[in-house]
Amino acid sequence: MIISDSLGFCRQSTGLPVVTVILTLALGSLGAETIEKKTEKNDGQAKAVVAKPQVPPAAPLVVPYESDQAPVPATRIDQLVQSVLKKQGITPARTCSDEVFIRRVFLDVIGTLPKQREVVYFINSNDPGKRAKLIDVLMARDEFTDYWTLKWCDLLRVKSEFPVNLWPNGVQAYHRWIRDAVKENRPYDVFARQLLTSSGSNFREPAVNFYRAVQGTDPEAIGEMVALTFMGVRTEHWSENTRKEFGTFFSRVAYKKTVEWKEEIVYLDPEANTPLNAVFPDRKKITIPAGDDPRVAFADWLITPENPWFTQSISNRVWYWLMGRGIIHEPDDVRPNNPVSNPGLLTYLQGELVKSNYDLKHLFRLILNSQTYQQSCIPRSKHPYAAAYFGHYHMRRLDAEVLVDALNGFGNTTEKYWSPIPEPFTFIPEDKRTITLSDGSITSQFLEMFGRPSRDKGYESERETNPTEFQRLYMLNSTEIHARIYKSPVLKQILAQTRNDKPATVRMVYLSILSRRPTPQEAAVALKYFNGPGKKSGSTGAVYDLAWALLNTKEFLYKH
Amino acid sequence: MNDPDHPVNLSRRHVLKTGAAAALGIPFLNSVNFSHAAGDESRSNTFTPGQAKAVIEIWMWGGPSHLDTFDPKPGAGPDYCGPYNEVVKTVADGMVINSKLPLMAKQADKFSLIRSMTHGVNAHETASYLMQTGRSPGDGQVYPCIGSVVSKFKGYDAGYKGLLPPYIVLTQPHGRFSEEGFLGPKYKPFATGGDPSRNPFTVQGVIAQGITDARQQSRRDLLHSLDTLGKANTNTRDFKKLDECEEKAYSMILGDARKVFDLSSEPAALRDKYGRNSFGQSCLMARKLVENGVKYITLNYKGWDTHKMHFNLMNQKLPQMDQAIATLFEDLAGRGLLDSTIVWCSGEFGRTPKVLWNEPWKGGRGHFGACFSSLVGGGGFVGGHVVGASDEKGMEVADRPVYPQDFLGSIYEKLGINPEGTLPNGRGEHVPITIPTQGKGRLKEIM
Repeated sequence: MIISDSLGFCRQSTGLPVVTVILTLALGSLGAETIEKKTEKNDGQAKAVVAKPQVPPAAPLVVPYESDQAPVPATRIDQLVQSVLKKQGITPARTCSDEVFIRRVFLDVIGTLPKQREVVYFINSNDPGKRAKLIDVLMARDEFTDYWTLKWCDLLRVKSEFPVNLWPNGVQAYHRWIRDAVKENRPYDVFARQLLTSSGSNFREPAVNFYRAVQGTDPEAIGEMVALTFMGVRTEHWSENTRKEFGTFFSRVAYKKTVEWKEEIVYLDPEANTPLNAVFPDRKKITIPAGDDPRVAFADWLITPENPWFTQSISNRVWYWLMGRGIIHEPDDVRPNNPVSNPGLLTYLQGELVKSNYDLKHLFRLILNSQTYQQSCIPRSKHPYAAAYFGHYHMRRLDAEVLVDALNGFGNTTEKYWSPIPEPFTFIPEDKRTITLSDGSITSQFLEMFGRPSRDKGYESERETNPTEFQRLYMLNSTEIHARIYKSPVLKQILAQTRNDKPATVRMVYLSILSRRPTPQEAAVALKYFNGPGKKSGSTGAVYDLAWALLNTKEFLYKH
Repeated sequence: MNDPDHPVNLSRRHVLKTGAAAALGIPFLNSVNFSHAAGDESRSNTFTPGQAKAVIEIWMWGGPSHLDTFDPKPGAGPDYCGPYNEVVKTVADGMVINSKLPLMAKQADKFSLIRSMTHGVNAHETASYLMQTGRSPGDGQVYPCIGSVVSKFKGYDAGYKGLLPPYIVLTQPHGRFSEEGFLGPKYKPFATGGDPSRNPFTVQGVIAQGITDARQQSRRDLLHSLDTLGKANTNTRDFKKLDECEEKAYSMILGDARKVFDLSSEPAALRDKYGRNSFGQSCLMARKLVENGVKYITLNYKGWDTHKMHFNLMNQKLPQMDQAIATLFEDLAGRGLLDSTIVWCSGEFGRTPKVLWNEPWKGGRGHFGACFSSLVGGGGFVGGHVVGASDEKGMEVADRPVYPQDFLGSIYEKLGINPEGTLPNGRGEHVPITIPTQGKGRLKEIM
């Protein structure tokens, strides 16, 4: 089903979905026993790794993060990135290892950790095209839709209460509409146009919730939101006059309530029936005839391919989402004095977007298949702007939702999500993963602690990734973390299967948490711990401790 | 931080003391002019050193009935007061409260009641936001609640070096409409989770059952030796920050902090007196936290949203509340902590004075933001007074309306935080801590 979706809607179809079927089936059929054998065989290889002179042999290979494999063929993106790196004197990072790649691409593309069997299958495969194939498999999975819907809901401010008051009916309609758009990979220009120009009831014409999810109904407040969402511009940097002029396009949006609770109709004010003089952000003037919707005039201007604002903003956002840093950074703060770190790269992406008829998946695929994306996170340059010029992969902490799903997946635990407001309370079925949550105001201490965005304004920076001591306390010593470890069916299975084979236990625990095998040094440390003072050799408690330690490593907490 | 000899401080203090600005009815405008004249934002936020050093907030989530607690109306008849037709005289002259609160009546010289709280909002979240921030939502930014503001001015930014986080919620968090807002996660409260009436009180992340110190230590060593990525990529700001957070976390897990949370060290008789239930033991816990330097403690006391079977629920809750709050005041005073600790107690609103006797409510009360009661004592607030009044049925404010910003502003003032000072809103702007009032302003009567 997933595959037929991707076939039906991918305009840049490459015939890969056939491979997809095979790969998915193969992943599904691998049993634990196979994992054992393959893993062992591969451990031998890992030990024999010798750095080949593919890259300048300045530093020894950092196992397990870097690869001595030849990088994927350079793409246009890589040429553009590398020419800037060269000019700046920045040595790019090496290519990341397969272990790093599979975990990274799962987290970046579908917000989900790979399963043990998926990891083993991937790292054991000799197919030189396996990375590209995996990218396509992932972009066709349901979790892709879930995860990118979540991201869009952040920007489009999908939450039922305070301070935007969409309320549950509006939220559900809006969320479902966004989800459909992501699922069918709706061309981005169409998507934007629908959000900007819809009229009707917020329950029946879901896209109008774009206008309801603004704090305030005055034209300037709406303009602020439109500029941020579709132009990556914060109007606070504009002059008051420009803000006012921009607001003109939204000055005829009207709202009216119905008898149904919290239903509201967004429409074009019929009273305002005079021609309207407005000025576009590029200073071009327009007179909108009486009776015409000025929002349509704006949308027409916005989505012309020649208008750099629109394509620049979304291309930069997609780059930011996957690379962790915008070519213009912050990605929603485009202004003359915020430099573009690689103008050629941004122009290229914009061109590709237009050429592909606004296919965002096309941009995803281009970026994910580049050497630049597939670099390791270990910098090889001390240049202060190595990250800004994309000289290595930019590490960042797992999103709150992704992290709690990962912990629940390991612990076979679920979250009880509910919202006390409005009455009657809303309860979310427990088997739903967190990345599928529609409403940004669903109660969750975990999500708040780990920086779920407030969805108040739609800034990218509302998602908070700075570490805090409370997060650390939670991970190190909370009842929930302990319970997840003690109850983990993953650990139970590992313990049952590898009872007398401690190195295998260690290997399996590593695979299930860090999506990789341990290095020989790590295996030695773990085995030594198993036999440490006061412990029965490899007792369950010691295995729990190992799992606890790995869940608390930076490597688990970060995309790397 | 505060320079008492600074002319700007002196002039502002002078204005506040004389009440000249308030008398003119434009307190906000006047002070803004002062801080602008000073041209120094950082100075404008603290002024006279406050008498109060810490705050205990008892947040009665859901909105308790004012008629059935601090503003009884036996004369209004059973349609309004239901079965609660008796009041109890307190030790404070002329102050009576519901007869279900006899122990609090004996401590009434230590607190004052405000019977004319008003904001007119009947929705939980907006009303909570109003009471917690002194603002209405919807101007495009989310303001921090009072706890976060106090945490900013009295916590780490002011050099706080306590064992515990400066702002703690017992036990469940408050919800988004009463948190750090634009101040950012540094000013978020630490919610303990667990239940202080259980032994042990498993404080989220600090105290875990069944893990010995030796095991904590050996696991910590294991974690460090397996931190391969951390060692391979040492030079990142995030990782350094994470290591600092871990240090802090372990100082709580393995250090003296957890002793603070151990209520078994308190005399059994005192624990009984507070009440051996979650709320009672939370009050005791709050006192211990104050003793250990914590700046702001919120007790999230749930269960006041009594639409149905209201009086049955009140019969259960009031004795528990009476016992715990009365003991808290007595205990704080006995230890000499009351002078420096503000205790305030309020819900987001009151409840409809007229009882809903019909099905499906069967004697319930709805949300009511037009007029309700709050309590405040300690930290320099004068006890035994009643501020303002409601009408004979508790339907409207009859005298001296008190708005959320007046109430919060009074607490800020007692803490030495200038209510007319400013907060950075994360966009490079400074916004006033409190907004102008439609009423008579802060609670000078009891300050």
